[in-house]
Amino acid sequence: MPERVLVLIGTKKGVFIAESDADRRKWDLRGPYCETWPMQHVIADQNTGTIYGAGGNEWFGPAVWKSDDLGHSWTHSSAGLAYKEGEEPVKSVWSLAARNGTLYAGVEPAGLFASDDRGESWSHVEGLRNHPSRTEWNPGGAGLILHSLVPDPADESRIWVGISSAGVFYTEDGGRTWEPRNKGTRADFMPEDQRYPEFGQCVHCLVQAPGGGDLLYQQNHCGMYRSEDGGRTWQSIEEGLPSTFGFPAAVHPRERETLYLLPLNGDIYGRFVPDAKAAVWRTRDGGRTWEDLREGLPQENAFFGVLRQAMATDRMEPAGVYFGTSGGALFASGDEGESWSCIAEHLPSISSVETLVIEG
Amino acid sequence: MTVTVKLSPLLVDLFPGSSRRVELEAASVREVIDELDRRWPGMRDRICDTRPAIRKHMNVFVDGERSTLSTPLKHGADVFIITAISGG
Repeated sequence: MPERVLVLIGTKKGVFIAESDADRRKWDLRGPYCETWPMQHVIADQNTGTIYGAGGNEWFGPAVWKSDDLGHSWTHSSAGLAYKEGEEPVKSVWSLAARNGTLYAGVEPAGLFASDDRGESWSHVEGLRNHPSRTEWNPGGAGLILHSLVPDPADESRIWVGISSAGVFYTEDGGRTWEPRNKGTRADFMPEDQRYPEFGQCVHCLVQAPGGGDLLYQQNHCGMYRSEDGGRTWQSIEEGLPSTFGFPAAVHPRERETLYLLPLNGDIYGRFVPDAKAAVWRTRDGGRTWEDLREGLPQENAFFGVLRQAMATDRMEPAGVYFGTSGGALFASGDEGESWSCIAEHLPSISSVETLVIEG
Repeated sequence: MTVTVKLSPLLVDLFPGSSRRVELEAASVREVIDELDRRWPGMRDRICDTRPAIRKHMNVFVDGERSTLSTPLKHGADVFIITAISGG
């Protein structure tokens, strides 16, 4: 059966979907969907093909959207997606992850919700916000957001989350209790003697090596890191990269030591690609060495950034790699990053990129 | 008492089967929203947050006056539920 790949694009003004066959050379674009709501993250449940979108609208508040027909029609719900009366209300949904029939949602202000009925209703995973550090969590530039959600596919009791800017937190009892896991990651924005706190780091994107287990990577506001022990300790992998700053990280679908990053020029220099030349950086040895991948990417006057959820791979062979820019362009590689082409442009600012590979 | 509720087209677009103009029985704005949510489940969450209160960028006007959830209604009142200019 031939395969098709869908690139799910969350933007500041709705969801778009780019679709191609296995060659990934010719692309068709459709959208916008979800009534042009700001959509922070759009994912597919790889087991069912259902597409979910996380959003928040200044008028109408937070919701998770759902499509059972590959994005052609959508419904939405926020039933139960709420803190207790009197607390600061949930403003937006920022991240989604599906695991074995459970859908997880990370929200602003930072918290975690779970749904066992495919997003129709939600329950609050209260343990995270009960952590004693919560009163000291400070918002990053985008707010106090839970943007990275990593449920371990190999162990249903384990979940990692990334919160800006509270850091990485981990549970191994299904969400009842949590602990910070930030040892070895810097907080350069703190006074010199406080730059390795227990929590408070500005994690930008947290990902897990394919297959689950303890090998994690993160792009932080202050450096790039890997952890071989589930986040107990982190080691810097920024040597060989053009900066210590960036937002997204994406793992290869099969190779545990292959990681893609897209470093930007720095937090106080416009947050553009360095020297206005676009490059994706790839390691095949877990961050020990890096190579820049530029063929087909703009090499002059490129003044764009790429946000934290806006880079992804597909599971095809060879793997596809995709990223979307703040300027509304979507770039694709069908050969693991060796060469690139722009497959959509003039979209609204892109917040997220994910993929779905389907048969037929 | 019977009141006439007029809904923002953006809100109607989110709930297939709803309509711009609705006649219903309610004695307060809160009861209007309760009835709208009964007819179109989920509509409350689009109009109100969980403080609970009318959302920051939504407005409810009763006979031309900006209102809150507790505003009482008279028979024949016109209730407008509209998006604020600030939210776009």
